[in-house]
Amino acid sequence: MTEPRTLHAFLVIVRRDLMLANRSRAEALNPVLFFVLVTALYPLAVSAAPDTLRMLAPGIIWVSALLASLLSLDSMFRTDFEDGTLEQLATAPHPLPVLVLAKVLSHWAVSALPLVIVSPLLALLMNYPAHAIPQLAATLLLGTPVISGLGAIGVALTVGVNRGGVLLSLLILPLYVPVLIFGAGAAAAAASDLPIGGHLQLLAAMSLLAMTLAPLAAAAAVRISLE
Amino acid sequence: MPVQPFGYVNLLEASNLKLTRQERVLFEALSFTAAPGSLVVVEGANGAGKTSLLRILAGLTPAEEGDVRWRGREIRGCRSAFNAEFAYVGHGLGVKLNLTPEENLQVVGGLTAGGNASVDHALDRLALSAHAAVRCAQLSAGQRRKVALARLLIRDARLWILDEPYTALDRATIETVDGMIRAHLAAGGVAVMTSHQTVGLDAANRHRIRLGDD
Repeated sequence: MTEPRTLHAFLVIVRRDLMLANRSRAEALNPVLFFVLVTALYPLAVSAAPDTLRMLAPGIIWVSALLASLLSLDSMFRTDFEDGTLEQLATAPHPLPVLVLAKVLSHWAVSALPLVIVSPLLALLMNYPAHAIPQLAATLLLGTPVISGLGAIGVALTVGVNRGGVLLSLLILPLYVPVLIFGAGAAAAAASDLPIGGHLQLLAAMSLLAMTLAPLAAAAAVRISLE
Repeated sequence: MPVQPFGYVNLLEASNLKLTRQERVLFEALSFTAAPGSLVVVEGANGAGKTSLLRILAGLTPAEEGDVRWRGREIRGCRSAFNAEFAYVGHGLGVKLNLTPEENLQVVGGLTAGGNASVDHALDRLALSAHAAVRCAQLSAGQRRKVALARLLIRDARLWILDEPYTALDRATIETVDGMIRAHLAAGGVAVMTSHQTVGLDAANRHRIRLGDD
């Protein structure tokens, strides 16, 4: 038997998950639809005054993105758990954290990356200053991997529980507070023409940390859920 | 006893396994060994703990007491070496309904360095070639199980753990699967399986484990 190649296995899982997402596109579009709808409702409910919107924009966009990501988290391991694929991954001859990282990254690409892509549109809707839009998108680009990474741990822990959704939110939401503070704070600072290099570096550091350590914890959680 | 990774007499050894579910002891002091070419058939009524035993042997569930050894080493301590040599077909088939049988098996091949040639061969052997490009969601339960069983031909594993492999299969396919298991045993492999149906395999080295008779 030839040596199984772990990097190849990683790519196989990423490719498989992207293919599956492509085949259930309606489901994959859910988070981005939620993001757009929630953000669009604020001007109607709060105030359509341009100055108010401008002030609220960073917070609203970040909270909506956070909730949209949270909603989509459950699908990360759910179907794989139900149809036995997760058992196959756990008994594959590769380190489970590597395969989990593949799933986390493809889930991020399918559910969080579209949020980053539509965020400039929503920023305009919310009267967020146009010149700061690239920075806003950058905060989301660097912040959403933290959401996916930490979320993976919670999802892996609750996937064996029927209706783990509520438990998942209670478990994970407190952990999102730092990234929300830095993300929304950076977006607000950028709107006031303040430098946000420090914020972005912190977000990037959190992302790297989440992407390296979370798969280890999530893989351990997957093993517990499978027991 | 000195541990010899190769040439070790018994490939799989379970000793003193115990499992309790809902304060009921399903089995305890369960021990068996399986040399190359052994078929282990686990029998018992519904809820007797057959699936749980297989999951323990697969290293998915820890046993309450006792241990499972593969080539003389505790399986949870040498997981990647063990995983490289064993294939599991469980209750959850591990077949993605939104992928075709061919794509499903290509993923298995990619995870285990099996080539596309073996995918074609596996599809052919289980008479799935005609449905290779249809999504598994549109296949029957038996056909989906065939996709899961086709994994065995791609994985090149020494130990097969099969949970009710005959469920939903037609007579011809049962014979094919029996043939696969016979060839696997003849090549020095070990198979552990549960089945309600009397297994039509007359392996020379056949063990029977009966659960829930105490």
